[in-house]
Amino acid sequence: MRLEPIPAPSLARRAGFPALALGLTALIAMGLAALAGAAPGEVAWLVVKGAAGSKFALLETLNRATPLIFTGLAVAVAFRAKLWNIGAEAQLYLGAVATVVLGTGLLDWPAATLLPVLAVAAMAAGALALLVPTFLKTRFGVDEVVTTLLLNFVALLFVSYLLEGPLKDPMGLGWPKSEPVIDAARLPRIAEGLRLHWGFGLALIAAVLVWILQTRTIWGFEIRAVGLNLKAARFAGMPVNAVLVRTAILSGGLAALAGFSEVAGAKGNLTTDLSPGFGYTGIIVAMLALLHPLGVVVAAIFVAGIFVGADSMSRAAGVPSFIADITLASALLAMILALGLTSLRIRR
Amino acid sequence: MSELFDILLSASFWAAAIRIASPLIFAAMGELICERAGVLNLGIEGIMVVGAFAGWMAVYSGMGLWPGVAVALASGMAFGLLHATLTVPFGLSQHVVGLGITLLATSATYYAYRIALPQVNTPPKIDAFDPYAIPGLSDLPLVGEALFTQTPLTYAAFVTAALVAFVLFRTPLGLAIRACGENPAAVAAQGLPVTGLRMGAVIVGSGLMAVGGAFLTMSAFDSFFFEMVNGRGWICIALVVFGAWRPGKTLLGAVLFAAFDALQIRLQQTELGAVLPYQAFLAAPYILSILALVVMSRRAQVPAALMVPFRKGER
Repeated sequence: MRLEPIPAPSLARRAGFPALALGLTALIAMGLAALAGAAPGEVAWLVVKGAAGSKFALLETLNRATPLIFTGLAVAVAFRAKLWNIGAEAQLYLGAVATVVLGTGLLDWPAATLLPVLAVAAMAAGALALLVPTFLKTRFGVDEVVTTLLLNFVALLFVSYLLEGPLKDPMGLGWPKSEPVIDAARLPRIAEGLRLHWGFGLALIAAVLVWILQTRTIWGFEIRAVGLNLKAARFAGMPVNAVLVRTAILSGGLAALAGFSEVAGAKGNLTTDLSPGFGYTGIIVAMLALLHPLGVVVAAIFVAGIFVGADSMSRAAGVPSFIADITLASALLAMILALGLTSLRIRR
Repeated sequence: MSELFDILLSASFWAAAIRIASPLIFAAMGELICERAGVLNLGIEGIMVVGAFAGWMAVYSGMGLWPGVAVALASGMAFGLLHATLTVPFGLSQHVVGLGITLLATSATYYAYRIALPQVNTPPKIDAFDPYAIPGLSDLPLVGEALFTQTPLTYAAFVTAALVAFVLFRTPLGLAIRACGENPAAVAAQGLPVTGLRMGAVIVGSGLMAVGGAFLTMSAFDSFFFEMVNGRGWICIALVVFGAWRPGKTLLGAVLFAAFDALQIRLQQTELGAVLPYQAFLAAPYILSILALVVMSRRAQVPAALMVPFRKGER
């Protein structure tokens, strides 16, 4: 008995296996709820209600999806080129730092000029955070998985230092947090009275732009070519290292926009718990979206819904909210298995 | 400067370094076995969390210390089985599966902790391993306290490293495992089961990672708390590269790294600690790991088939 690849899988396989994966994940989640002594059906209902049961819940889900769209795009862009950026967390925080450094009064400009400058500064900071591991990869052959992972810890300690030192809020009553950014540095709400800021709009625009870049430009073609077969791309005369550097700038910049949007849009200041692992969750989002930029938007909203729904369910049903994390990790593994099975069959 | 020498010459400093190195030795040996067989195991961070909890929980619910270690081992092997199934026969991306295993194992552990102990504010304690002074050897100056007055799990870590080195480099089984990481087609041509060997390596390796995690809750500390593994798994992946995929060098790397970690803790108490923020000291081990990778990566002999899936009969 062995597995062999299928050259052109049928539509039934391509749709059926991912559907099975999601079904299996739902079963696991129900089992976990039962393990905690709750009624699985009720828990599922509470999660759906908590995520999308009211206007408030829905907007909360979209707010939570915003940073995930950015980090999901960052991961999708990098993984497409087989640049294993596991450091979206670090890039997010550096983007947030840039936003806070320039946005708390250093640049006293009107919002129309200040916000774009902050976004670009954040992207530059995030890009830099990924350029270091990328340079170590292209120049010294250092595996970027380990360096980007380790830099997450360094970045968080750096933020912790800044918040207890140079960026400390003097009115913070001893809490490690930054001063709030000035009003001109706040992303406005999408509509009056609506609890949704323009970070979400920016995330949608970013997804469309990345999609156009990947499917309609030579840069996008080169990124995919390098990811599919680095040696062939090099043989075809593509500047492989330059492509990796460009990918790193794009990926790091996108992850940093999550930090920018969380500070300028959602929170207004910087703390060490700005991101509850948005960088790592971005990997799940990107994989569930099969690395497709527009799919990232859908996947991010789905993932955000699970988190928001689980939080509210947890308060009502007493099931620990970590159930959301397990469900999503299971979904990731089930989905990648489903993708593998789509193009494999068992042969005796 | 003289303070630095005082630290480096004190037995308690080296005793701490050996203690800090112990979980890293277990986990790095586990990772080394996986990678020698051709499988990168990024599940290491999460598997250490599982092991830390499973071993501690077993003892907390009434089991003995060594049975607790066995439970940790088994919990790691279970996640290793999942990792191996997805990456070896199915040949799925080792990066994505590994990260998925880490996310799954970590969240499953936290969920289990919350369910098992719903109403705790301070983490409960267990009676952890006590140091055991080896008669005779522990009376030696300096090394007596540093090496021979440790907990049994630390001795087990060093024995494990020796055992891994022996099996990998002195037995036919070890040769087959290493060949799986270099040229699996040649192993298959010999009529040996590549899939079985690779899966076995990942399962055993994952078990060792979990024991590394269990060291934290059963020997270094006596309770379980969130984020206690804190990147140690990732450090171990760096240690394997630093050690050029050789058990001896990897063990040396773990001890050097641990000595540096112990040093930064002590330096925080000196005048240097008054000048530099404490975060700089805490970040130093991570930065050191990255620098070590830069230095070692150019000369590293990476297993040729690392991260290359193998399917019988395919080229």
